[in-house]
Amino acid sequence: MSELRRTPLYECHLRYGGKMIDFAGWALPVQFTSIKDEHHAVRKAAGLFDVSDMGEVEISGPQALDLVQRAVTNDASRMRVGRVMYSPMCNPRGGLIDDLLVYRLGDDRFMLVVNAANIGKDYSWLRELSGQFPRATVTNLSDEVAQLALQGPNSEPILAKLTDADLSSLKYYWCQDGVEVAGVRCLVSRTGYTGEDGFELYCAPQEAPRLWEAILEAGREYGAVPAGLGCRDTLRFEAGMVLYGNELTEETTPLEAGLGRYVKFNKGDFVGRQALLKQKEEGVRRRLVGFRMIDRGIPRHGYPIVVGGAEVGVVTSGTYAPTLDANLGLGYVPVELSAPGTEICVLVRGRQLKAQVVEIPFYRREEGKR
Amino acid sequence: MTYPRDLRYTKDHEWIKAEDSRGRIGLTNYAQDQLGDIVFVELPEVGRELERGEVFGVVESVKAVSDCYSPASGKVVEVNEKLLDEPELINKDPHGEGWMIVIELSDPAELDQLMDAEAYEKHLEEQMQ
Repeated sequence: MSELRRTPLYECHLRYGGKMIDFAGWALPVQFTSIKDEHHAVRKAAGLFDVSDMGEVEISGPQALDLVQRAVTNDASRMRVGRVMYSPMCNPRGGLIDDLLVYRLGDDRFMLVVNAANIGKDYSWLRELSGQFPRATVTNLSDEVAQLALQGPNSEPILAKLTDADLSSLKYYWCQDGVEVAGVRCLVSRTGYTGEDGFELYCAPQEAPRLWEAILEAGREYGAVPAGLGCRDTLRFEAGMVLYGNELTEETTPLEAGLGRYVKFNKGDFVGRQALLKQKEEGVRRRLVGFRMIDRGIPRHGYPIVVGGAEVGVVTSGTYAPTLDANLGLGYVPVELSAPGTEICVLVRGRQLKAQVVEIPFYRREEGKR
Repeated sequence: MTYPRDLRYTKDHEWIKAEDSRGRIGLTNYAQDQLGDIVFVELPEVGRELERGEVFGVVESVKAVSDCYSPASGKVVEVNEKLLDEPELINKDPHGEGWMIVIELSDPAELDQLMDAEAYEKHLEEQMQ
């Protein structure tokens, strides 16, 4: 794996026994001890993830907001400084270029956090768009930023041990810049990709190992463990969070993917607006659904969905779901087959196995539990 | 890790144990470690005739799907139904309680062509380099 890129935490992963794999060209741990154990630790206690592979693109200048508004489908105009927002970013056909987080770090300064596999593509696209906004500057900060995610119900007390900042008052999808955590200057947001409470911390790459060690040390009494990509996927999947490359591609639209609430048609023009408006008026033909296997078997990415002997769709993600102890999948089906309760089949090794459409998310943390 | 001396091994990381005219078959410790948490097992019907090298079952971990190849030819006489509810037995005790099937050997001499424990350990060392 010598040709793979290494995050600043590579040595830490080896020391903690991480089983390294190739993820979008990065050497990252798929697991440290066991995907199931790490999954349960995040749901019940806490897990620490290295997500330094993610990209960070800064958009600054007097026209920063205008560029962001043109690029993404959600409405950034009402974001206060310190607010974080999830949004699709579409091509002119309404297909997804990426899904990302928008951080408003100042009146004229935003940071977009994008998927590792899409950094190059997103950066070029944003640069291209910025041609129409001469007073907006697009900078790729991906190599200057490391990112750690601490996820799970014990995340807050763990971080509280390491900082004077009052993180208990930091609300979901808000961020605070310049927070000292274990003596490391971080941008901290209350965000995540697991369906649990948690924080994402951005810091300078050379500081990342110190931060990693300090969090695990402080988290020991709270049951915190290092966690790999394997459980990151099962956790996000149970929580019904879509993954670029699986549920989302250039050929799928946010409306088909169930992300319609992040498309704000009345905010002014944005890339893809016309195509999406047309699709909305005509109605989508296919829709992303969740399903639970009735027959024994695990649905996997790429398996066909079959109804009445005909292939009607495809599985985008599927796995054994550790918290729910069930074999579940996500996939696209024609709208008329998308109602919960509908019976569909998944083609697994040449056999049609029965499944039933169910509501997404599959898992939601208890009300009131942060 | 030292591997049990009374088993024979394949390059694909299955083991077989001779029990008179029968052979008990499972996955090696190396295989289960590489796969990680096993969450699903598909086993053949009792009575099915297997050729040596034929796929007799499937194991799935959280992330991956793997075929299991029969180390020898024979007819399936027993399958480990406990694995259907407790696939993790393969992780916990791969050479014991995690066994998968028993076959009536058509040619017990086939086992002589498989690796013994020492050769298998060497094979693993080479693979890891």
